[in-house]
Amino acid sequence: MSVLSNSKPETGSFFQRDLGWHPPAFAPQYKTSVLRAPQKALISLDNTLSEITGPVFGHNILGEFDNDLIHNFAKPGESAIGPRIIVYGRVLDERGKGVAGALLEFWQANAGGRYRHRKEGYIAPLDPNFGGCGRTITDEEGNYSFRTILPGPYPWPNRVNDWRPSHIHFSIFGHGFAQRLITQMYFEGDPLIWKCPIVDTIPGREAIEGLVAALDMEATLPMDARAYKFDIVLRGRRSTMFENRLEGS
Amino acid sequence: MAQPLGRLKESASQTAGPYVHIGLTPNFAEIEGVYEADLGISMVNDKTRGERITVTGQIFDGSGTALKDAMVEIWQADAEGLYNSPAEMRGSADPNFTGWGRSPTNMQDGEFRFETIKPGRVPFRDGRLMAPHITFWIVARGINLGLSTRMYFADEEAANAEDPVLARIEHRVRVPTLLAPRDGNGYRFDIHLQGDKETVFFDI
Ligand SMILES: [Fe+3]
Repeated sequence: MSVLSNSKPETGSFFQRDLGWHPPAFAPQYKTSVLRAPQKALISLDNTLSEITGPVFGHNILGEFDNDLIHNFAKPGESAIGPRIIVYGRVLDERGKGVAGALLEFWQANAGGRYRHRKEGYIAPLDPNFGGCGRTITDEEGNYSFRTILPGPYPWPNRVNDWRPSHIHFSIFGHGFAQRLITQMYFEGDPLIWKCPIVDTIPGREAIEGLVAALDMEATLPMDARAYKFDIVLRGRRSTMFENRLEGS
Repeated sequence: MAQPLGRLKESASQTAGPYVHIGLTPNFAEIEGVYEADLGISMVNDKTRGERITVTGQIFDGSGTALKDAMVEIWQADAEGLYNSPAEMRGSADPNFTGWGRSPTNMQDGEFRFETIKPGRVPFRDGRLMAPHITFWIVARGINLGLSTRMYFADEEAANAEDPVLARIEHRVRVPTLLAPRDGNGYRFDIHLQGDKETVFFDI
C-alpha cells in the first residue's frame, strides 16, 4: 500500500456527526426505509482506534479506464451512448482541507435511465457499451475527475409515479473508517430533484443543494463534453488522538 | 457576533439504493471486465498471521426477511491488535493482512461472508484493552445513512466482560446482539435492523 509522500497521517477523532443534517433512518415517504430503520437510539461512541484508522488505496489499483465510463465497458473503438460529461471536484473535510488519496467509486444508470442489473425492471433499453461503474483516487490536494454520460431519470416502485432525478451514486473512502460515506450527486436545474422522495429524506434545503453539481461552462471541453463540478465534504477531525488520555496509561 | 469558524458541513448521506453492487462489487453484479477483481474480496494470503476464521451472517428487516441487496464492509486489527493504516502509530501491522473486507449479501439467501483472521485486542481511548472485535458498516436500499456496529466474539467471555464499549450499553439485555457465536470454523453474526433482537448500532 502506498502512503502519500508529504502528508503526515492525522490521528485525531472525527467531529461529531450532525444527525439532524443527514436523513433520518425512518422516512416513510421512502417506503423501503420503514422496515429497515433501526427503532432504538444509536449508542454514541467517541472514536477509538477502530474508528479513526482506515485502509489506504494506492493508485496502483486503478486501471487506465477506471475513470472513464464512456469507454470502460465499451467494445474497442466504440463508446457509450448519451450526452458526454466530465464530473470533477474536490474531496474536502469539514475544516476545508483537501482529502488526499480518497477512493471514490461511482455507479449510475445509462442515458435512458436503465441500470445494468438483473433485478432492474425499467423498460428503457440497455446500452451494450455502458457498464455503469467507475472509480478514481484523489490527488494530493483532494482533486478528482472522471468522464461519463449524463444518466437518465428513471421510474421506481415507491408511489405509483415516482421518478428519480438524474443522479450518480458516490461511495467515498477518506482516511478513517468513521468517515465512510455514500451519497448521490444531482444535476443543476433538474426539476425532478424537488419531487423525489429519496432526496426528500434529507431534512434541509441547504443540505440538498450541497448535493447538486453545478454546470461549469469554463471547464467544458468544446465539441466534446460538458463539465459539472461536485465537491464532497467528509467529516473533519480533531488534531490529536487521546486528548484526554489518563496519566500513566 | 463573532468570527465565523469557516467550517463546512459534511455532504448529506443518501441511500446506496438497490444497485449498490454495480458500483462496489461489479464482478459480483455480473459487470465483468471493468475491474480485475472486486475490492475487499480478499483480506488474507498464505502468509497472514493469526487464526483463520470465516465470518458469515444475514441482515434481517423488521419483517424478518433477509436483505439481498445490502453491502457490508468490515474493518479490523491484525492478530497482534494493530491496524493496517497510516493512522496506526503503535507499530507496523501484518503486511499480509489488509484488515478491510467488503461483501455483498447474496441473491439466494442474503448471506455475507468474510474469510479473515481473529483480531487481537486494541486499546480504548484511556489505554484499557478492548475485547477483540470487528467493525461493521452496512448500506442498502432503504438505509439512509450507513449503519455502524461491532461484532464481538461470544467465546471471549473474560475480555468481553471488561470491554469499555460493551460496558457503555445501558440496556444489558441488548449486549448479546453484538456477540457472534462460534459456528464451525468461524463465527455467525446475524444483524437485525428492528424488533426484539434489534442489533445495537453506534453513532461513531
Ligand atoms: Fe440510482
